[in-house]
Amino acid sequence: MGGDSRYLGLVYISPYVAGLLIFTAIPFVASFYLSFTDYNLINAPRWSGLDNYVELATRDRTFRKSLSVTLLYVFMTVPLKLAFALFIAYILNYRLKFINFFRTAYYVPSILGGSIAVAVLWRYIFADQGLVNMVITGLGGEPVNWFGDPNNALFTITLLRLWQFGSAMVIFLAALQSIDKTLYEAASIDGAGKWHTFFYITLPLITPVIFFNLVMQMVQAFQEFNGPYVITAGGPLKATYLLPLYIYEEAFHKFDMGYASALAWVLFAIIMVLTLIAFWSSRHWVYYAGDKRS
Amino acid sequence: MAEQAAIASPRDVDIDRTLAEGRRIHAVSSAVRYAVLAAVGFIMLYPLIWLIGASFKTNAEIFSNPGFIPLNPTLDGYIRGWQTSTPYTFATFFWNTFLIILPKTIGTAISCTAVAYGFARFDFPGKRILFASLIATLLLPNVVTRIPQYLLFRDMGWLDTFLPLWVPSALAGDAFFVFMLVQFLRAIPRDMEEAARVDGANTWQTLLFIVVPMLAPALISVCLFQFMWTMNDFLGPLIYLSSVDKYPVSLALKLSIDTTEAFQWNSILAMSVLALVPSLTVFFLAQKYFIEGISTGGLKG
Repeated sequence: MGGDSRYLGLVYISPYVAGLLIFTAIPFVASFYLSFTDYNLINAPRWSGLDNYVELATRDRTFRKSLSVTLLYVFMTVPLKLAFALFIAYILNYRLKFINFFRTAYYVPSILGGSIAVAVLWRYIFADQGLVNMVITGLGGEPVNWFGDPNNALFTITLLRLWQFGSAMVIFLAALQSIDKTLYEAASIDGAGKWHTFFYITLPLITPVIFFNLVMQMVQAFQEFNGPYVITAGGPLKATYLLPLYIYEEAFHKFDMGYASALAWVLFAIIMVLTLIAFWSSRHWVYYAGDKRS
Repeated sequence: MAEQAAIASPRDVDIDRTLAEGRRIHAVSSAVRYAVLAAVGFIMLYPLIWLIGASFKTNAEIFSNPGFIPLNPTLDGYIRGWQTSTPYTFATFFWNTFLIILPKTIGTAISCTAVAYGFARFDFPGKRILFASLIATLLLPNVVTRIPQYLLFRDMGWLDTFLPLWVPSALAGDAFFVFMLVQFLRAIPRDMEEAARVDGANTWQTLLFIVVPMLAPALISVCLFQFMWTMNDFLGPLIYLSSVDKYPVSLALKLSIDTTEAFQWNSILAMSVLALVPSLTVFFLAQKYFIEGISTGGLKG
C-alpha cells in the first residue's frame, strides 16, 4: 500500500517473529544440542558426543520395541483412516437428503476424540465386560481380551483414531463437491462405469486433498500420546508404548533430558524423511488442475 | 454393473424403459447409501449415547447392561464424582480450564489477525522466508521443541502457572490459524481497504474497521477450534502443572481414574460426560463454522 514504510508489514507480524524465535527456533536448536549431552536437570549439560544415539541404536531394547510399535501403529492407522474417510465422503456426496445431518453426526467424534473423557470412555467400552464385549457375546461371539492381549491393545487405539475420521472426511467431501459435474456427464456419455469414473476421474482430481490429509494424519499419528497414555498406559508388555510415551517418561519421569532429546530427534527424523518422501513422490501422483491451485 | 449397461447403450433399448430402470437403480442405490450411512452413524454415536446413559447407572449395571437406559437411575455418580477424592471439587477444575482458555483464545484471535494481515497485505524484507517458516512450523512436530521449552519456562519461573499454556499461542504460535486467516484474507478483494486508505485511514484503522468485520466468520472458526483444542489439551498441563488446585478438567479426569476407589465407575463416567458438555454445546451452537473452517484451512493448502 502506497506510501507506507516497507517495514510496516514487519510490525504486524512481529508477534509471530518473537514467538517463532523464543518458542520454536531457539528450542529447536537447543534440542538438537541437548541430544548430544548428558543432562539430568541438576548438573549442567555435559557433552557426550554421539553416546545417546549409539545407546539407542545398539543397546536400548525399549527403543527398538517402541519404534516398531510406533511404525506399526502409524502404518495401520493412517491408511485405514484415510480409506474410511474417503469411502464415507464418497457415499455422502450423492444428492442425498440429510447430508448435513450425517456430516455433523460423523464430525462429532473428531471434536471430542482427542479429549481425555473419550479416552476414559474407551477404557470402559473395551474392558473385559465392557460394552463391546457385551455386544459381541450378545451376538453369540466369544468376548475379546482387548487390553490384556498385546496383539489387540494397539488396535483399540487405532479404533479410537479411526472413530475420529470426521475431519478428514469433511475435507474429502468438500473436494468431491468441488469436482466439475460435466466431467461425470462426459464420462457417462463415453460409457464409463462407476469404477472407471471413480478411478480415472474422481480419484485423480482429489489427489491434492489426499496428499494433504496423508501428510497431516501421518504427522499427527506419529505424535499420538493421550490414547495410549490414558487407555493402556503403554502396556501390556509395551505393546502400545509409542515413542512419544517413551520420550515423555525419559524426560519428565527420569529427567534424562539429553537422552529424551535424542529420542525426540530420531522421531523427528523419521517424520521428516517420510514427509519428504511424500512431497517428493507427490509430483508423480498428485494432480493439480492449473486453476485449482492457489 | 446394471446401471453401467443402462447408461452405456441406450440407443438399443426403449428410452422410457431405460429411464425407468435408471430411476429404480437410483432408488436402490440411495437406499443402500442411507443404510450404510445410518449404520455407520449409529456405531459412531452409540458409545457417546451409552456414556450418557451409563453415567446415571449404578456401578453394578455399567458392566452388565449394554442398553443406554439405566434400570435404576441414580445421580450418585455426579454427586460423588463432583466432590472428587481431592480437597477440591470439579468447580475448581472447570474454573482453571476457563482461566487457561480465556487468555489463550483472545490472544490467539488478536495476534493471528495482525500477523495474517501483515502477511496477506504487505510486502516487506524477509517475507518469503518468514512465510516459509510458517509452513515449516505447521509440519514441525511439537515433540522436538518440548524439552527446551520446558527448560525455558523453568528458568523463567513459569512452571506450575498457566503462562506456558497460553503465552506461546498469544504470540501467534499456532501456525495453522495464521495460515487459515491468510488464506481467507487472500480471497477477499482489497477494494474496501483501498477506499478507506484513500479516505485517510491508516493501516491500523483499516485493519480494525474494514478487515476485522470481513474476517469475522474465519475468526469465529479460529476461536472455536482453539476452545476445543484447549479443552482437550492434556500433555501441556501434564508437563507444566504440578499442584492439584491448578489442574484443568482433562488432568483432573486422569487423576480421578488413578485415585478413585476401584469401584466408583459411575462417578468417573459422570465427570467424563460433564467434561464433554462444553465442547458439545459449542459445537452444536456453531457447527457451520467448524465445517467451513476445516474446509478452507485444508483445501487451499
